[in-house]
Amino acid sequence: MSKKKFEVRIAPDECKGCERCVIACPRNVLKLGTTLNKLGFPYAVRTGQECIGCGGCFLTCPEPGAITVVQIESE
Amino acid sequence: MEKEKILYGRSNGFFPSFERRPGPIKTNMHYCPGCGHGILHKLIAEAIDDFGIKDKTIIIAPVGCAVFSYYYFDCFGISAPHGRAPAVATGLARANPENLVISYQGDGDLASIGFNHILQAANRGENLAVFFVNNAIYGMTGGQMAPTTLPGQKTQTSPLGRSVTSEGYPLKVSETVAALDAPVYVERCALSTVQNIRKARLAIRKALTNSIERKGFSLVELLSGCPVNLKMNARDMNEFLDNQMSRYFPLGVYKDTAESRDPISRPTGIYEPQAVRELLYPVRVADGVSESFRNPSRIFQSERRIKLCGSGGQGVLSLGYMLATMGKLRNFNVSWLPSYGPEMRGGTANCSVVLSRNPIGSPLVSKECNLLIALNGPSLERYLPTLKRNGILLYDESNGSCPDEVLDRVIYTLPASDLAKQLGDLKYANSVLLGAVAVMMCDLFLDEEDKADFDRVFEEAIMDCFHEKEHVVKNNIKAFYIGKANARRIRN
Amino acid sequence: MEYTNRMLLKGNEAVVYGALLAGCECFFGYPITPASEIAHTAARGFPKLGRTFLQAECEIAAINMVMGAAANGRRAMTASSGLGISLKQEGISYLSGSELPALVVDIMRGGPGLGNIGPEQSDYNQVVKGGGHGSYHCIVLAPSSAQEMCDFPRLAFELAEKYRIVVYLLTDGVIGQTMETVTLPEPIPARAEIPEWALDVSRPRTNMISSIYLEHDDLEALNRKLQAKYAAIRAAEQRSEEYRTDDAEIVLIGYGISGRLCRSAVDELRTKGIKAGLLRPITLWPFPVDAIRALRHVKQFVAVEMSDGQMIDDVKLAINCDRPVHLVNRMGGNVATIDEIVNRTIDALGAKEA
Repeated sequence: MSKKKFEVRIAPDECKGCERCVIACPRNVLKLGTTLNKLGFPYAVRTGQECIGCGGCFLTCPEPGAITVVQIESE
Repeated sequence: MEKEKILYGRSNGFFPSFERRPGPIKTNMHYCPGCGHGILHKLIAEAIDDFGIKDKTIIIAPVGCAVFSYYYFDCFGISAPHGRAPAVATGLARANPENLVISYQGDGDLASIGFNHILQAANRGENLAVFFVNNAIYGMTGGQMAPTTLPGQKTQTSPLGRSVTSEGYPLKVSETVAALDAPVYVERCALSTVQNIRKARLAIRKALTNSIERKGFSLVELLSGCPVNLKMNARDMNEFLDNQMSRYFPLGVYKDTAESRDPISRPTGIYEPQAVRELLYPVRVADGVSESFRNPSRIFQSERRIKLCGSGGQGVLSLGYMLATMGKLRNFNVSWLPSYGPEMRGGTANCSVVLSRNPIGSPLVSKECNLLIALNGPSLERYLPTLKRNGILLYDESNGSCPDEVLDRVIYTLPASDLAKQLGDLKYANSVLLGAVAVMMCDLFLDEEDKADFDRVFEEAIMDCFHEKEHVVKNNIKAFYIGKANARRIRN
Repeated sequence: MEYTNRMLLKGNEAVVYGALLAGCECFFGYPITPASEIAHTAARGFPKLGRTFLQAECEIAAINMVMGAAANGRRAMTASSGLGISLKQEGISYLSGSELPALVVDIMRGGPGLGNIGPEQSDYNQVVKGGGHGSYHCIVLAPSSAQEMCDFPRLAFELAEKYRIVVYLLTDGVIGQTMETVTLPEPIPARAEIPEWALDVSRPRTNMISSIYLEHDDLEALNRKLQAKYAAIRAAEQRSEEYRTDDAEIVLIGYGISGRLCRSAVDELRTKGIKAGLLRPITLWPFPVDAIRALRHVKQFVAVEMSDGQMIDDVKLAINCDRPVHLVNRMGGNVATIDEIVNRTIDALGAKEA
């Protein structure tokens, strides 16, 4: 019996801290952190495991690779 | 045991690394935080990769913030002058119908400086996908007023807010383009909430599908955030797009007729030399003479300059053309220069014909004219001063006999227009007059063999001009001989 | 059916035949007197051969369509006259900055402003000296007969592609409007190759066409590269024709219709005992400075042109102003007669001697 879960991953140095993902997430999985990245922006961080894999954060993010949403299947 | 699958991640429609971008940052795009361009770029990149069209997609980078879009997309890129992208796109689309051309434009680019170009390309139904980013402001140049800036909205060039009585109302592009017959698909979306971005994603894929199927012109307008210039956070930005902008720019499909539209088909160019020759070279209609043939009469040893004049519609220009054609058929260098412009659309008409064995200097006969052919009194009066002292005047006396004051010249005359009318059409007057030229030439200048050749070359010239119309050829030849029979020299 | 290659064609018609026979694939234009017959002829000829003709919404659009087709690696052309060329200058600067080959035909009319539709040669400065923004040049060929109008498109495309540069055919309303006997050239043997750099499905999609270089050093490098290219063109591509210059003491210099008038004027001057010759520039850029400099035995020059004297500056530069250069000109649509050129030349010489 396999179990599916979803995970949103942020590449800290590709985020510009616009917060679009934070307000887009229906499960409030994301928030803006306080430390600055290589670009000088505070970046989004994951706050919990409630990701449903909807991809809204990815779609609304203006950066190509700042957000990746993965599905993890465990046996 | 865990298995990972990426559901949403960096698209292969982008270069893996943005090597064209100057500076150390090769993973990010250059746009400001929260910029709508980035959202749209991702939707386009995803689509060109999913559709497998990267090898034939050409994205035209506009002037504006997206001018560097070719740093990012893994397909062909070209940067166009401000506003001209639809014209550049047209060139690309027409040059090779295989090309899938994306015209990516901002509101200043598309709706201000280039508004005519986008409407014209839309109206021609060019096979393009246009993605129009409407953010109500000039972003790159520092926040000036755009044609789509909202009433009352403050910008650098509308510091008190856009006044509709001074700067007009926000320009409604989708509505305008959808009003045209040719475009197949027009939709306005907003890059605001996830729900709206999903709609935009489908719209972009639909526009590209239309291009792939060669259905013609698709335009997707995208209300897009410029949070830095508008000094808004993400929440306010979305609110501005969804509530304030959407009020002036309602979202939705404005036109979708792609399904009922046949694909555009364009012909294939012909380049094979023999095929080109057959389509372009004129048909040889008479045996004519060899390239080395020269008419022996002495008259032809020096340059002959001829002026023809009359009123518009009398066939002055075509008479000159006939003479030039006769010259061409006998290996002369010839030139024929008409008066051009408004003059030829009514009123007087004149042309110059020069025949020479040498390279022709001036094709303009403004003096030293050897033969003046005048079809009416006023033009005779105007051009008589161009005639050399010993030059010859040929005059159509249908509208009255030759004026007394020129009677000291060598004059040949006949009622050419009247004779042509008797033949059933005024347009035969040219050939009647050429009959008179033949009489004059035979009287004064031609050797025996050239006398007969004049008739031959006339017939060849008529064939050359009208070989597809047998009765025209026949009637002109008849007219020529009537001219020959009726022309006379005025003895004084 | 038997075909002949001899036709009576206006310069404006001949240039289209020449372009088609040179493998031109796309024509984008907008009507303007005295260049309209080019569009008329193209509207028939290009579709006849399955190629692209499109009447653009304006001159600006036409040159940008040329840019699109050229970027795709196709032989493309446009044509206009004075004021239309003014509008195209933006696009020509972009083509130059992007190093795209293209053919632009300019049939000059009277200016400035709306001017008139008579012939002038007053686009010289805007065509030969640049015209648009930035440090760039276009190769400028100056046909002076319908035959050259027909022959030069092939040369123009060859040069355009060899150097990735815009090539103009620059001539006047008289040459455009005069019909002459033309021997049609042979069609090129096969469709021209799509260049390596083109944005075409047959080429790598990493190809890119742009003239924006944000980094100052990058833009300077582009400019240095362009200038090196222009130096190579100056060295290799000057063209001119000379007539009776061997023993000439005075040489008339004129292009287009003026060049032809000068040829007759030289003969006339010779009958009056004046040792005259003609140098007719065939390339205006690069200007034939080497040929002019080689005329060391010549005592005076006369620039004959239908403008306020635009080409004359290049004549003076060519000889570093070391001998007198006189101007014989007409403007406003007027064409000098041979007598006028002869008499004004004699006057100019007399004034010098006095």
